[in-house]
Amino acid sequence: MKGIITVVLKQDILDPQGRAVMNSLQGLGYDEVQGVRIGKSIEIELNGISPDEADARLRKMCESILVNPVIEDYHLEIIED
Amino acid sequence: MRCAVIVFPGSNCDSDLYKAVNSFEGVDAEYVWYTTENLDAFDLILLPGGFAYGDYLRAGALAARTPVLKALIRAAERGVRVIGICNGFQVLTECGLLPGALQRNSGLHFICDTPLIEVVQDQSSFTSRYQQGELIRLPIAHGEGNYICDELTLRHLQAENRIVFRYASGSNPNGSVDKIAGILNSKGNVLGMMPHPERAMADWMGSSDGRRLFESALNLFPETADAA
Repeated sequence: MKGIITVVLKQDILDPQGRAVMNSLQGLGYDEVQGVRIGKSIEIELNGISPDEADARLRKMCESILVNPVIEDYHLEIIED
Repeated sequence: MRCAVIVFPGSNCDSDLYKAVNSFEGVDAEYVWYTTENLDAFDLILLPGGFAYGDYLRAGALAARTPVLKALIRAAERGVRVIGICNGFQVLTECGLLPGALQRNSGLHFICDTPLIEVVQDQSSFTSRYQQGELIRLPIAHGEGNYICDELTLRHLQAENRIVFRYASGSNPNGSVDKIAGILNSKGNVLGMMPHPERAMADWMGSSDGRRLFESALNLFPETADAA
């Protein structure tokens, strides 16, 4: 089983990296690009627990270290083998 | 006076900090490795700059979950003075001793400069040797020093006089909210700051304005002592 955690900056937090990438995309002619937000993906391999337990444990991991709630939100997905 | 300089894998301002505090008479600085579980012997605890754990995950995030940080949090709760400088400031926000977070600089570049810093208040344990409103020169060197917090936290910091240092003279090199360069916890015994006072200890370094921060934190008042 695998937990995939997608961490993104909160909507009201400025993302200077995303802005720079947006400028580059527009510079390449992708005029339809109206916003870019850059986050990160964390994949965690799990063994010996049920998907429900995994969900609860992964959320705890997010809260205790993986995500900084001051500036970040996260999305959790569990992929069973 | 015993002073702990905490060392993580990836710290790189630890020896500057050690030499800075050891330059004062009667002060004993010691390097303390991040696996240490007890800091009871120390009167002042210093978190140095650098890139603890290579800034993996987020700057300061992994360092904030080490054994020595548990001991540091206990010491801070007892009222022991703590100073986190640069990466040390990031560790203090990550462990929750200070509110807010430090983000990538708004201009995306790593900044290495010696800007003017305003001493916003001189009533704290760390700024008693300065004058309120005084402009001092302290070096900065960081890629993630852009301080951010929510509106309510900012109002608390302002109302409780917990903003100690601000970038001055119309500059805001990293885009910090309210030009914040250094803040206190609510009890006033924990200071986090992006500028490096340990790199401003003598005129030959370009500035000696950092000395008085350590004199304040260590209760060293040479002029008062002379007068007495």
